[in-house]
Amino acid sequence: MGIVVPLTLSEEQQMLRDTVRDLAREELLPQAIEIDREARFPVETFAKLAELGLLGMPVPEEYEGVALDSVSTSLVIAEVAKACGSTALGIAAHNSLCLWPIFEFGSDDQRARYVADLASGRKLGAFGLTESGAGSDAGGTRTVAVRDGDDWVLNGSKCFITNANFAETFVVTAVTDRDAGPKGGISSFILEKGMNGFGIHKGDEKLGMRGSDWGELTFADVRVPDSQRLGDEGQGFVNFMKTLDGGRVGIAALALGLAEGAYELALKYSHERQAFGKPIAKKQAVAFMLADMATQIEAARALVMAAAVKKDAGLPYRKEAAMAKLFASEMAMKVTYDAIQVHGGYGFTTEYHVERMYRDAKLCTIGEGTSEIQRIVISREILVH
Amino acid sequence: MNIVVCIKRVPATDSRIKVGADGTSIDDSQLEWIISPYDEFAVEAALQMKEAAGEGEVTVMTMGPAESTKELRTCLAMGCDKAVLLTDPDSGTRDAHTTAHALAKAIQGLSPDLVLCGKVAVDRDQGQVGSLLGGILDMPCITEIKALSITDGKATVERAGDSGTTETWTVSLPAVLTTTKGLNEPRYAGLKGIMAAKKKPIDEQEAQLGEAALTIKSLELPPPRREGRIIGEGPEAVTELVRLLREEAKIL
Repeated sequence: MGIVVPLTLSEEQQMLRDTVRDLAREELLPQAIEIDREARFPVETFAKLAELGLLGMPVPEEYEGVALDSVSTSLVIAEVAKACGSTALGIAAHNSLCLWPIFEFGSDDQRARYVADLASGRKLGAFGLTESGAGSDAGGTRTVAVRDGDDWVLNGSKCFITNANFAETFVVTAVTDRDAGPKGGISSFILEKGMNGFGIHKGDEKLGMRGSDWGELTFADVRVPDSQRLGDEGQGFVNFMKTLDGGRVGIAALALGLAEGAYELALKYSHERQAFGKPIAKKQAVAFMLADMATQIEAARALVMAAAVKKDAGLPYRKEAAMAKLFASEMAMKVTYDAIQVHGGYGFTTEYHVERMYRDAKLCTIGEGTSEIQRIVISREILVH
Repeated sequence: MNIVVCIKRVPATDSRIKVGADGTSIDDSQLEWIISPYDEFAVEAALQMKEAAGEGEVTVMTMGPAESTKELRTCLAMGCDKAVLLTDPDSGTRDAHTTAHALAKAIQGLSPDLVLCGKVAVDRDQGQVGSLLGGILDMPCITEIKALSITDGKATVERAGDSGTTETWTVSLPAVLTTTKGLNEPRYAGLKGIMAAKKKPIDEQEAQLGEAALTIKSLELPPPRREGRIIGEGPEAVTELVRLLREEAKIL
């Protein structure tokens, strides 16, 4: 779109972006409306994406990954989201919320057992944190894991779990010490599809991201060996907060991509659509709307890249990740909304992409911590330090 | 199987072209660049031939500005083994002879079994470099192939003939073949390929230009197309249409 990127991308990063842009335009955009309408998770697409390495972004080659830095990963997710938010969400959840924590917090044995299968896309991953009574408020977690000899016995349930019905590997949080509170009393476990008592159920119909799968997980005396515990006992909360920091950069990039996709369509349409004898792009009311969209997108890109650059440099980036997610997702709501307005009546139909992008963008203000939670995270960072 | 593929960096096909201030070149300050799409068929064909042979090396080559490493790197990411960049800051204004001579010089040093290139670069649409390469390298050349297989040192190719016919040719190697749509579906580079590409070599050398046969005197955009006119509907409009085609458009 010929706009300024607020940092210099390496030749490699440009290639990644351009390659994924072509892939998304040719393979994902043509089916985006259909999978949204049918609420269908495109399994065959994920097989293709796996082959190209999109399911192994955060881990090194020895684990069949591609070892992308956070800037590159953000570029990839944004380009996918420009064409299909649902597909981007599935990729982001798999990479950031399942593959990354297993690689980061897993024992050598756990890495050997799970990482290559996930990174190569032979298996899809999911992350079970949210419950009917506990989302952003981890203290409300009801799922419990009780120690029994060398095992843990899990009981409870999770909801709104992205990729649930197609995943084979799950990272799940459960209370292991009620008295210790969330910060010392929650642990993570790696679960496999098919474990006794582990139920996976279809999720409800949803407003947007309809081509992305979600579901409910139920645990009825699921017996999990202690060797499946991910990270130290009681460290579940601390670890998933770290996981979410990375995940939020991903959702911010996703929101950025949705906004950019909608903006580019609006820009194109404004040149093609004639009203009162000239293209509507020549009308100041429309031109100003486009100017605001472009400006907002660039501002969001600056925040997303700032968070990613900090993460890549090994610097603390919790605040930047929260800011990027908050701003980019709220921005995406505004930009996709205006993109419908530019399209007029056609934008209101399901034949054009922009209404889907608008519905998809709404997820970004909720998933991986609502906008309100991001404000809590940001305010804690700026008030404490 | 030792294969050389020639590619060209061209403006993206949806670019809005502006003539530069000098009146003889294109203003490239705002352009996005891509590999000429017909060249992608050549790259894919080279990779497939190497894979079918189970051995060999694919060298991708271009003559262009230093920035062409991006396009070469993309070919390396697709699976080519090494790249040669013949640097020429003014490559955008070179004619086909100049380009073909520079490419041929570099190709000779590699003694390939097969030279592949797109049938035409979509920037200036001259479509001459492939055939010129055949001449300079003294290799048989078949243009616009849409099917290719290699057995026992011979290539069997198909190309579109006149009136919708398909010609099948067998040609001994080494040969120059130019590729067109329908030959294959070029693969995506893939993230793994891109990460692997940074370890592959790009040999940069100054282009040894041949003598130019053409110089550009001036460059201008085609006049904007005039608005269409509806003459009438149905058979009764035919007489008027024929009259206008004959008297006004003067094409009958």
